[in-house]
Amino acid sequence: MAVTTQPVQTERPATGRVTATGTRVTRWLAVACWLGAGWLLLAGLVLSPPDVVQGDSVRIMYAHVPSAWIAYLAFVVTAVSSAAYLWPRTRSLTWDRIAGASAEVGVLFMGITLVTGMLWGRITWGVFWQWDPRLTTTAFLFVTFAGYLAVRGLGGSHEQRARRSAILGLLAVVEIPLVHFSVVLWRSLHQEASVLNPNGDVQLDGFMLFTLFTGVLVFTLFYLWLVLHRQRVLWLQDHHDDSGLDEALSARRAEEGTP
Amino acid sequence: MWRVARLVAAKDLRIEWRSRVVTNQVVPFAVLVLVMFAFALDVESVLQRVAPGLVWLAVMFSQFFLVQRAFAVETSDGALDALRVAGVDPAGVFLGKALALMAQLASLVILLLVGAVLLYRAEIRADGLVLLVTAACSATAGLAAVGTLYGGLTAGAKGRETLLPLLLAPVVAPVLIAAARATEAALGTAGTALGDGWPWVGVLATFAVAFGVVGTVAFGPLIEE
Amino acid sequence: MEDLGFIAASYVLTLGSIAALARWTLRRGRRLARTLRREELPWT
Repeated sequence: MAVTTQPVQTERPATGRVTATGTRVTRWLAVACWLGAGWLLLAGLVLSPPDVVQGDSVRIMYAHVPSAWIAYLAFVVTAVSSAAYLWPRTRSLTWDRIAGASAEVGVLFMGITLVTGMLWGRITWGVFWQWDPRLTTTAFLFVTFAGYLAVRGLGGSHEQRARRSAILGLLAVVEIPLVHFSVVLWRSLHQEASVLNPNGDVQLDGFMLFTLFTGVLVFTLFYLWLVLHRQRVLWLQDHHDDSGLDEALSARRAEEGTP
Repeated sequence: MWRVARLVAAKDLRIEWRSRVVTNQVVPFAVLVLVMFAFALDVESVLQRVAPGLVWLAVMFSQFFLVQRAFAVETSDGALDALRVAGVDPAGVFLGKALALMAQLASLVILLLVGAVLLYRAEIRADGLVLLVTAACSATAGLAAVGTLYGGLTAGAKGRETLLPLLLAPVVAPVLIAAARATEAALGTAGTALGDGWPWVGVLATFAVAFGVVGTVAFGPLIEE
Repeated sequence: MEDLGFIAASYVLTLGSIAALARWTLRRGRRLARTLRREELPWT
């Protein structure tokens, strides 16, 4: 009697149903942030009261202010990761990938900050833009990190990219105070009656403050979720580049083998 | 380090003297920019009022070309790599290139100020000269330092020509603001008082020192392979 | 609600762009991981 054995399925493909870069942590994060987003919408748009002065337009603040804070957080993480990469004892491409992933998410949130800020400004000030220090520095930050991302795409080995970007990431830390201070000094010349600042004249009552903090929490969760996935995708990209190189090299050697 | 810097600066300036790329190409471009501003802005009183700002804008645009030129001479024959491999102190290379660049920028500033006097009816007053010279020196030092640093960062990389202005423009924004305001004070544009210019010189000096130091330290790791 | 258009636009753009980046990231991850086995990934 023939005995047939089924080969045991030990090889599982890397891609799951939804993600290749997902783990239990990211699944929980995803559930948390999207549920949180729903709650934020409810709290921000329906449950929280309109502002005494600004009316309903203050609701944009619940998206605008948290995204600004998360953008700053993202850039701080990029700077710290850049330093960690450059420091010989902690040098590892993981830091480089975290720096890159964080910068990408940071640029996204900075873009959201600028756009929501412009929409809010249109309602409250009547204009889309003002050359006040905070807006100007924000725009500067956006362009600087967009440039950082462009430099990451310049090519070369992973180590070259990492070193170049890390130095650039740390240069941004030097530039930002210089730019901010120059702009503050510059705008102080113009003696505007009041540098109108949408969330300057908002009196935050209890529930509004709560909604604001909810926004910060939800956006932080989004940040963590996005950076985790993005950083893993960068690993996959690097791995893919390396194996492409390996294949090319072994193909070349195989060619040389045949007389 | 300073010996290397002197040698590198002398080399860069000698290359420029022999090839005349800056004098034949960048200077005409800068003057052309001044002329184009006049076409674009039309009103003469406006031009006179914004002359300081326009001068420094023209300097900034020219800086992009000067930096690219400064590094093109290195990468064309792999000269930068040769210097690095030969163990030449990279900090010295940085300082040398920055000094040469500063000399070129300074000559450009002088020329453009003359251009502003001629084309925009800007008036240079005697008691503003000290402020003007101090501001121009610190501004060009800062521009040279940051330009050399970013030039080194993008040197030899594909697509760097368009990337350099994108990286450099936001970084030199403080210099643009400060130099223009200091020049306005020195020239007395729109009644700006002389004393108002000195805080801006402080900004320019801080910028120059900050990027001078950072560049000296970071240039080595940057050009490493 | 007055200015509802601007307010709605803010939230749509915010959550929409987050969702777009997420979708792009996850899809790119799936595409790149196609040739690998689950055991090879450092995060599993």
